[in-house]
Amino acid sequence: MPELGAAELLAGAIVVSLNAYVLLAGADFGGGVWDLLATGPRRARQRELIAHAIGPVWEANHVWLILVVVLLFTCFPAVFSRLAIALHIPLTLVLVGIVLRGSAFTFRSYGGEDAPTQRRWGRVFAVASLVTPLVLGICVGAIAAGRVVPPSGAGFAADYLHPWLSPFTVSVGVFTLALFAFIAAVYLTLEAADPDVREDFRRRALWAGAAVFGVALTTLLLAWEAAPLVWQGLITSPRALPLQFLTGVAATVALWALWRRRYTLARAAAAAQVTCILWGWALAQFPWLLPPTLDIRGAAAPAITLKLTLGALGLGALVLFPALYYLFRVFKSRPY
Amino acid sequence: MSDLLAARTQMALSLGFHILFAVVGIGMPLLMVAAERRWLLRKDPIDLELAKRWSKGTAILFAVGAVSGTVLSFELGLLWPGFMEMAGPLIGMPFSLEGFAFFTEAIFLGIYLYGWDRISPRAHLLAGVLVAGSGVLSGIFVVIANAWMNTPTGFDLVDGVPVNIDPIRALLNPAAFQQTLHMTLAAYAATGFAVAGIHAFLLLRDPLNAFHRRALALGLLVGAPAALLQPLSGDISARNVAQYQPAKLAAMEALFETRAGAPLILGGWPDMETRTVRWGIEIPYGLSLMAHHDPRAVVTGLDRIPRDEWPNVPIVHVAFQVMVGIGTVMAAVAAWALWLLVRRRDPAECRPLLIALAASAPLGFVAIEAGWTVTEVGRQPWVIHGVLRTSEAVTPMPGLTYTLLGFTLLYLFLGIVVAWLLYSQIIRSPRHQEWNRVYTPTVGGPHA
Ligand code: HDD
Ligand code: HEM
Ligand code: HEM
Repeated sequence: MPELGAAELLAGAIVVSLNAYVLLAGADFGGGVWDLLATGPRRARQRELIAHAIGPVWEANHVWLILVVVLLFTCFPAVFSRLAIALHIPLTLVLVGIVLRGSAFTFRSYGGEDAPTQRRWGRVFAVASLVTPLVLGICVGAIAAGRVVPPSGAGFAADYLHPWLSPFTVSVGVFTLALFAFIAAVYLTLEAADPDVREDFRRRALWAGAAVFGVALTTLLLAWEAAPLVWQGLITSPRALPLQFLTGVAATVALWALWRRRYTLARAAAAAQVTCILWGWALAQFPWLLPPTLDIRGAAAPAITLKLTLGALGLGALVLFPALYYLFRVFKSRPY
Repeated sequence: MSDLLAARTQMALSLGFHILFAVVGIGMPLLMVAAERRWLLRKDPIDLELAKRWSKGTAILFAVGAVSGTVLSFELGLLWPGFMEMAGPLIGMPFSLEGFAFFTEAIFLGIYLYGWDRISPRAHLLAGVLVAGSGVLSGIFVVIANAWMNTPTGFDLVDGVPVNIDPIRALLNPAAFQQTLHMTLAAYAATGFAVAGIHAFLLLRDPLNAFHRRALALGLLVGAPAALLQPLSGDISARNVAQYQPAKLAAMEALFETRAGAPLILGGWPDMETRTVRWGIEIPYGLSLMAHHDPRAVVTGLDRIPRDEWPNVPIVHVAFQVMVGIGTVMAAVAAWALWLLVRRRDPAECRPLLIALAASAPLGFVAIEAGWTVTEVGRQPWVIHGVLRTSEAVTPMPGLTYTLLGFTLLYLFLGIVVAWLLYSQIIRSPRHQEWNRVYTPTVGGPHA
């Protein structure tokens, strides 16, 4: 294992932010998916619960993604510019999704109580919540598959479509979506005070858990051919193997806990499962940032930038974590 | 449309859109906090109603600001990968700090908006103060990054590659102080005047309404001092531009020839063929005075700048005239209101002032767009002044006209929805009958 320097620490900080984004904003996106799929006699109450759970926190949760972007262009500028070129189209779609999701949610909350307004913005919010994780996942798939390379001049399709359009990348997209929907449903079981609504989300969480398992298997099979480097890492690397094992344990515990209605345990296990999956991917491709051409050391900014950014992160964390703790204590300490 | 032009237009559109919301995100929290503090001190329900109503409006605008800001942080790379690759390590610092300011802002805004009955009144006020403070900070950090693009420091350029980089010196670049001061004042002046202007307009129709009177007073409290200081701060900026960005200054003033004792040209249209300004008003020695505080000082004209390094002179000149014109008007209106206050007269009783305020409600925002046009178009053809050309920084991705079209439609749509929501949800008069007559409880007045 190579020594860990400032560059590796900062790459780690990027994965930590991504992790926080997936656990927090991922659940907000998943909430939107359940808004779209709300059915049955308690449809309105399900939607109300979702809106209530997302309202105070989504903007703060969203900032994790901005932190990822900022760290990337500060510390690994070549990676940022290569991603921005090869994934121009899907990243633009992500942006449109983010804009529509956030503004439609707010317009629904403040735009008046009448039913047509609520329905219209609710629909936009929900559809954008579905599309955005899908495309975001596709971008991750493109990185893992080693398709993010500088344009070769071989034509539009080769340079700007090929990097991200493949069965593997799409399956990573679907996997991301299923994962977000799963954790959202698990969290919502804890947010709900009404036992019927809670039961609704328990059933949804179980279904989504099954979907996650199915899509994970498909993705892994596709990875064998499409993302050999990551596949190798996932299957054989001594770094990633323990994480594969932990992922399996966490997933089993999460489903079991849901089955037995142990919701607090289910939430912890689901969060652990998602975390292990993310770190499993990160460690499988370590030390590559954009396999197979850009690694951490090769892409890192000059040492002074890295040092200062680490300092800024330390300083920021000092402000951030107490504030976040307070936010979640105020709004998440009792069910709705 | 060429891809470069499409990229530039898209950047201008996204920034021009975002800044409207960012400015409100800086200014409105201060107004909310002022109203809420008054409520805590005096328990006047009008203040509470104001704080709550303003926070509803701010919630809508903040959300659009947050998502449009996210678009920007991606767009810097999507449109200008060459720029970010060079600038990232140098100006990433202010952006990282800005990230934490956003966190603080978003967290405490969530607490402020949704926490009215979950936390103590004092904790609630404190959350508002933190939103206001971190809003200013996030603005300052991002403007520092922009100031670095105008006056890049903190590196040596060797074969087109920055080496020996020093992000701290980049942070402390020569335009940083001037631009952040000017921008922060602009945010307070624009929001304060917008609020005062809207309520002045409503007072013209409903002169006895105590709710609008209070809102007007608070708007003036925030907007008027800032508007008075803005010309001073602008003068500091102008001297900085004269020193570090002579091409921009020459374009702002449409000064085609280098000369001592240069006049200031007000208005007019620069004729690029004859290199003269048509229909402008000349103030002798004005420019030398403004740029160097010496009537005989030599001011560099465009003749000293290679032709391919000229910005678009008519745009920059006209935009500068618009900003300075508006700055003068706003300062005059602010002085008028303060003068009434000094003489212990209520500005709400002075109809001509109300008319002037109502007419200047949108002016701060127009001046901000104009000022940014001066800064950004005036920097062309450079994205990093003297270091990297905009044409070298643009993405190789073709077909940018389509994304430009898409974002134009998206922003147009959002703009219309936001305007409609603000109009229908926030700016109507409150329904409390009793507030309509709090000030002069006479029956049978003009509006009885
Ligand atoms: C309420 C808005 C507002 C008002 C009333 C003014 N400005 Fe301004 N100005 C801005 C809002 C603004 C701005 C939008 O905020 C800019 C763009 C970049 C910046 O830092 O501030 C700006 C830039 C800007 C610049 C260019 C700075 C640069 O490129 O580095 C100069 C020279 C001035 N201003 C000068 C003035 C003068 C002499 C004013 C006299 C009345 C004035 N401004 C009023
Ligand atoms: C002078 C220019 C700018 C100012 C003064 C400014 C200020 C602000 C402020 C105050 C906010 C808080 C949200 C709100 O109140 O609406 C905000 C949001 C944001 N801005 Fe800007 N901004 C500027 C330009 C930019 C640029 C160029 C970027 C791109 C890097 C950017 C990125 C963002 C992001 C990512 C957010 C969202 C943060 C959140 O979720 O709260 N801004 N900006
Ligand atoms: C929010 C207030 C701002 C407004 C309204 C604004 C406006 C503009 C405009 C009109 C252009 C197009 C200029 C042209 O190509 O002729 C532009 C370009 C650009 N701006 Fe700004 N700007 C703002 C703040 C910033 C900040 C804070 C940054 C970065 C830190 C920034 C970075 C850029 C970049 C990278 C370009 C593209 C390259 C170029 O044309 O020079 N801008 N902006």
